[in-house]
Amino acid sequence: MKPRKASDFGIRSNRLSEFSVDRDYDRCIKCEVCIRQCSFDVHYRDTEDDVIRQHPELCVGCQRCAVLCPTNALVIRQNPAGYRAHGSWSGEHIKDINIQAETGGVVLTGSGNDKQAPVYWDRLLINASQVTNPSIDPLREPMELRTYIGSKPDVVELDGEKLAAKMPPRVKLDTPIIFSALSYGAISYQVQKALAQAARELGTLYNTGEGGLHPDFYEYKDNTIVQVASGRFGVHPDYLNSASMVEIKIGQGAKPGIGGHLAGEKVSEQVSITRMIPPGTDAISPAPQHDIYSIEDLRMLIFALKEATNYRVPISVKIAAVHNAPAIASGIVRAGADVVAIDGFRGGTGAAPKVIRDNVGLPIEFALAAVDKRLRDEGIRNRVSIIAGGGIRNSGDIVKAIALGADAVYIGTAALIAVGCTLCQKCYSGKCNWGIATQNPYLAKRVNPDIARQRLVNLVTGWSHEIKEMLGGMGVNSIESLRGNRNQLRGIGLSKEELEILGVRPAGG
Amino acid sequence: MNPGCVEIDASGLHFSELNSIVRSAVSSGKRDIVLRNVAGQRYIGTNLYNAAESLDQVNITIYGTPGNDLGAFLDGPTITVFGNAMDGIGNTMNRGLIAVHGRAGDIAGFSARGGEIFIKDNAGYRTGIHMKEYMTMKPVMVIGGTVQDFLGEYMAGGVIIILGLTLKKGESHHCRYVGTGMHGGAIFIRGNIEEHQLSKTIGAVDLTPEDQSMLIRYVEKYSALFGVDVSFVDPAEFTKLVPLSVRPYKKLYAY
Repeated sequence: MKPRKASDFGIRSNRLSEFSVDRDYDRCIKCEVCIRQCSFDVHYRDTEDDVIRQHPELCVGCQRCAVLCPTNALVIRQNPAGYRAHGSWSGEHIKDINIQAETGGVVLTGSGNDKQAPVYWDRLLINASQVTNPSIDPLREPMELRTYIGSKPDVVELDGEKLAAKMPPRVKLDTPIIFSALSYGAISYQVQKALAQAARELGTLYNTGEGGLHPDFYEYKDNTIVQVASGRFGVHPDYLNSASMVEIKIGQGAKPGIGGHLAGEKVSEQVSITRMIPPGTDAISPAPQHDIYSIEDLRMLIFALKEATNYRVPISVKIAAVHNAPAIASGIVRAGADVVAIDGFRGGTGAAPKVIRDNVGLPIEFALAAVDKRLRDEGIRNRVSIIAGGGIRNSGDIVKAIALGADAVYIGTAALIAVGCTLCQKCYSGKCNWGIATQNPYLAKRVNPDIARQRLVNLVTGWSHEIKEMLGGMGVNSIESLRGNRNQLRGIGLSKEELEILGVRPAGG
Repeated sequence: MNPGCVEIDASGLHFSELNSIVRSAVSSGKRDIVLRNVAGQRYIGTNLYNAAESLDQVNITIYGTPGNDLGAFLDGPTITVFGNAMDGIGNTMNRGLIAVHGRAGDIAGFSARGGEIFIKDNAGYRTGIHMKEYMTMKPVMVIGGTVQDFLGEYMAGGVIIILGLTLKKGESHHCRYVGTGMHGGAIFIRGNIEEHQLSKTIGAVDLTPEDQSMLIRYVEKYSALFGVDVSFVDPAEFTKLVPLSVRPYKKLYAY
């Protein structure tokens, strides 16, 4: 390969390399694995000197080359030089200003907010039983994680031993962990297939996102949530009826209030089939849904979808966690939704303006607690299930979310990490070296759907067992006993106001 | 009465009751369904998925005023309205035909991907918003009169034909911001429209011979559906509006 200079890629010299690529030439066997693995063209063979060299300024820090180097000859690390240290102007500020000074455009990013805003999960602690109300060992005693998602009636009337009225549609989950919306287009076919298969094996759901549904995945109908978003891509009667839940996407935690543009370059032949638009054209999702300008309009779409699916499946409405989330959620319930999904500001994305990802929205912990309280205060909490997402990192976060009022959680970033993502945040480039956020067939085939499915199943199985252990520790044998049970949580290092919003008492109190 | 025909009195029925009756009628083999006294019931024709092997022969004739989202997600049937239609007709429609012997409200043909919509008179705001096309599917909407602002907003495909028949002599179309964010498809508009009424990202181009024959075909179909003589409409009177770029937001990002 011909050596290339940074300027070939339009990169100006006044941007300092973010990463340093250190090659141990004693170890390098010039096998070129690094060259083949890097879609950002960091590594190249210098034919004159017959050595492998690198352009560190092109490196995104995804670690693919370092992991795959057979002789461990590569170390990729944050450039130790960096710009001159400054308490107010970080290297990231300087870099972004340079990018915009060169292009005049919006700085994009991928995955979730990487800033140091407090993670409230880390300031909540879970209770356990000692002596009284003894703990339960889930290895020897039944422990129920089964969760039903959907509306529950205000009153239950019996006709003899049977229910008198027809129950609203619900979806049965074997574990309260759902794969969140990841559209085909943002992620590869292989990854979406792995998510669908893992959901089926685990008895849970995956979510198509707003990219339509590939005909190959119709068979996973019982484990599919299909999304209806502002672009209405690939939305047609077959699509709506190939799912066990339909979700209206109003907002996304990583980019509340804005739409999305899937660049024409990513609309491959296959993506074009699911989105039902010509290959190579931009898929523009406007910021609002054009038929929704009010809660009354939202009700109109909810019932259009109920009619289109003959009232067979629950209808979810997904919103980003924003300042007015409790009032909005109340409106959503009154508009007839069966599920409210709330996405916190640490939620991931395939592409979002960085300034929005990092500055707009609320932590899911507050939004969830406030929404749950508001719906209980209004006496309408039973009418919906709440799914919380946006920054769920482990089973401890899930237990805390359920204690704060969630019926189930959405996991997106965690699922992608299980498949190989290293959070390099370049999803928007379409060049994902891990084969996840790309439509390039050469890159996408790096994910073996069978292995990815197994890794997803392993993750959720492990987490589910940990949840059972924590439930057992609290002396309860069902996830239902934890739901909204804030007595099982205590806060540390939180102000009075924060504790009040979360509805938990301080540790020791 | 033809055994495939059924008449339903919609008075006092909630939309879910009315639509469920229509679905049962289609399931039991009825192909001509006449709805009388329709007064605001929504989603007519929306719930017919799998009600019959093919919905292409299903005709729903409505007397009165159907509610919002008439024919939302429609996939094959023909709906004829003797009256006016409200907002969102043909919302995300896939296939079929909707003909309204009157006027339509806002966002007619929103996100439609296929099928045909004919409105005899005027239509409201954001007509044809985000209409798209895909392979052989190409939605066509014909409006006999004129429309309000934001015609063809975000339009990504398909064809909108505005006949301007309700304009007085010398009167221009009043719509502004035509084709804002439009990145596909074409709008054919008869009657005067000034450049300042158009989005800056669309422009007028010459009609091709194919455009002319297509216009003649749809004007004739309009005439046949509504029984009005429009033989005076000449394809040469139309302005064809198309997006100047199919990637209007390509330069928005720093890459």
